[in-house]
Parts: sequence; C-alpha cells; structure tokens
Amino acid sequence: MKIKLWGVRGSITTTGPDTAYYGGNTSCVDVWEDGCLLVLDGGSGIQKLVVNNEPATKRVDVLLTHLHMDHIQGLGFFKPLFDPSMDVHIWGPASSTRTLHSRLSRYLSPPLFPVLIRDLPCKLTLHEIENSYFEIGPFSIQSSYVIHPGPTVGYRVTGRQSTFAYIPDHEPALGKDGIIKNNRWLSGFDLAAGADLLLHDAQYTGQEYINKKGWGHSSMEDAGLFASMAGVKKVLFTHHDPSRTDISLDKIFTEFQEKASYPFNYQLAREGMEIILDK
Amino acid sequence: MPAYEIEIILNRQLADCLSIPVFITDTTGNLIFYNEPAEEIFGKRFEDTGEMPVEQWSTMFKPVDENGMMLPPEELPLVQTLQNSRPHHKTFWIESLQGKNQKISVTSYPIIGRTGTMSGAVAIFWKSNDE
Repeated sequence: MKIKLWGVRGSITTTGPDTAYYGGNTSCVDVWEDGCLLVLDGGSGIQKLVVNNEPATKRVDVLLTHLHMDHIQGLGFFKPLFDPSMDVHIWGPASSTRTLHSRLSRYLSPPLFPVLIRDLPCKLTLHEIENSYFEIGPFSIQSSYVIHPGPTVGYRVTGRQSTFAYIPDHEPALGKDGIIKNNRWLSGFDLAAGADLLLHDAQYTGQEYINKKGWGHSSMEDAGLFASMAGVKKVLFTHHDPSRTDISLDKIFTEFQEKASYPFNYQLAREGMEIILDK
Repeated sequence: MPAYEIEIILNRQLADCLSIPVFITDTTGNLIFYNEPAEEIFGKRFEDTGEMPVEQWSTMFKPVDENGMMLPPEELPLVQTLQNSRPHHKTFWIESLQGKNQKISVTSYPIIGRTGTMSGAVAIFWKSNDE
C-alpha cells in the first residue's frame, strides 16, 4: 500500500512561505495498491493530486469523511469529474435528513460553484455509507461514525498486507473528564485498533483544547492517548491549525515530544509525504 | 469487544455532566452505565459494579403503584422503550434503600442514531416532590 498526503491543514487553506514545509492545503490523501486508487477527502490538496498523479485507471473512488468545507472544497477542481471517460465514485456519510447528493449540491451549485453535479461529464456514482463494510479493488474498507459535529465517519482501509486508519477530524475526548479509558467507550477505536498507520486529528495543544471543546478536534495529547489505546504502530498528527506557521508548529511539537512518551513512532503529517506501508 | 456506537458514548459523556440520575442500557436492557446521581438511588457505584446484566439490575428496584401493588415489568417506561423504541414516562413508587417507598418519575427514550438503528436506551429518574 502506497500512501501520499496531498493536504494536512485543518479548516482553511494557508498556503504561503510560512507554511511551505508542512503545507497549507486542506485534507486529502491518496492510497494506491495494485493500480487501484482511493482518494480520502476532497480538500484543496486534491487539485495537486490530479496534476501530478494522473490515475492510470479509469475508476477513482473518493471517500469523504464529512462535508465540512475543508474536506470538499477541492472537489470542484478534481479533474476526473470533468472527464467523460472516468468512472468516479464518491462515498460519504449518510445524514438522517438529507441525501449525499443534496448536501454536496450545496457547494457544487451556483452561487458557490458554476457547475451543477448533474452537469458533470464523468460517470458519477454517489454512495451513502454509515457504519459500513465494503470492498473496492484490493481494499477492504470499514467506515464508522466518529465524534465530530455533523455526520462524520473515519475509515479503516485494509490492503493485502497492511491497514491504514484515517480519522482526520475527531474529538474522542468530548466530555467532562475527556477520553474514557476503556476501549469500548472510545469513539473510533474499531477503526484504529492495531493499525499499521493512523492519520489522526491533532489540531490543538492541550492548553488550547480547554477553550475549544465541542469544536470537533483533538489535542496532540488526546491523539496520543487515542493511538495508545488503539495499539497502533505509527501515528501521523494532521489537521494542523491554520494559525500555525512551520516554525510555530515545530516549536509546539518539540515541546510536546519533551513531555510525551509512546511505544510507537509519531510525527507531524506533512504535505507531499509518501509512505510505503508494508507489514 | 467492539466499541459502543458514538450515540451511546455521547449519552454517557452527557450523563456524566448531569446532576439528575441517568441509567443507560443496551438494546436488551443490560445496564451499561449509570452516573453519580444514579448511584445514590441504586446504592452502588458504577466503578464497583461495572456493567450489569438485565436479570441482575432489574430486580434491585421494587416498583409499586399508589396502592403498594408491584408493577409488572411491561408497565415500566424503560421496558416499554426497549420494546417499542419510543419515549415513555410514568410516575410510581420504588422502595428506597432505607426501606421507605419513594415517589419517582421516570422518563425513558431510545438511542437511535443516524443509521436509524436503536443502539440502547436511557432512563432518567426524577424524585417527585409531592410525596
């Protein structure tokens, strides 16, 4: 399984010289195996994916965790959607009130966007998912709702040899005393349990999180605790706060490392990072 | 053991913040959480008991009507909610830990998430003031 990170910034794009190292594009990751491509989220990073990594296949599957703007804003610039020869499948969390088509159309329609979904020339199929299992090519995929405002899922992607857990927007600590230290009471646990790699929300410092409870994101401390409870092998902290420059992000992470000790490798996710995930 | 659905987890996190007694069960009635105010009614601590099978915890209350007659289980709000996935409410008496009957109101509701599937139920106990 080959993974590339095309966007690791949270909330809003922050491209510029101050964020050139970690990157300013919002959430997007691609996953390749046996010539099959999955795209996780359609943040602004998805635009580069098309330019630099034209899929050899005629089918692309885009798995959306949720429909907040920073996870769909790149869709309108995703080249396969405008290619009549492409078979594009978009998977997204079901809502109890509105269809995925209806919710995506809020963005992909005037006045926010000039082209309607129904006018896209590709062959487009929308899939509503919930706590689901499904297969795409060589991938077995599990989706589960996780704690984040609005319908939001995380994904567990299992290839031939390895498992990748993707939970970029997640607040498992929401509650009076934070994370309940019991796996049965841990949002997202089943998605991440024993994964070879976890990409997880770590937008805030522990101090910042005190004033951001309920916003749907995690502190680095909570991301570390979540990963520890799930027994993952490696973690990448993502959804970097848009207020962070490369310098401030390095400083915060260094301070965090001085206090934190985990039995797994953990790093900050960086735009352009490529990971070969073997067992 | 798989993790509980987030609707259950969030109900527990909410209950943990409340000053009213809250009991949370799975779909078969097993008690999976009760908060600190509920511990006072129950006379036990969740930390000590952990989760409890329905056969065990359902016999710990003795619900009676205004004439002191035992109420059949099917008349209790939580049992009704578990049977038909709807909210219910009832005022009745339970024997307190001191052996004295206490008038309470119970409101129960099903936990049904976005999938439309019921994953459990919540019962809120209110001590009635007009004893």
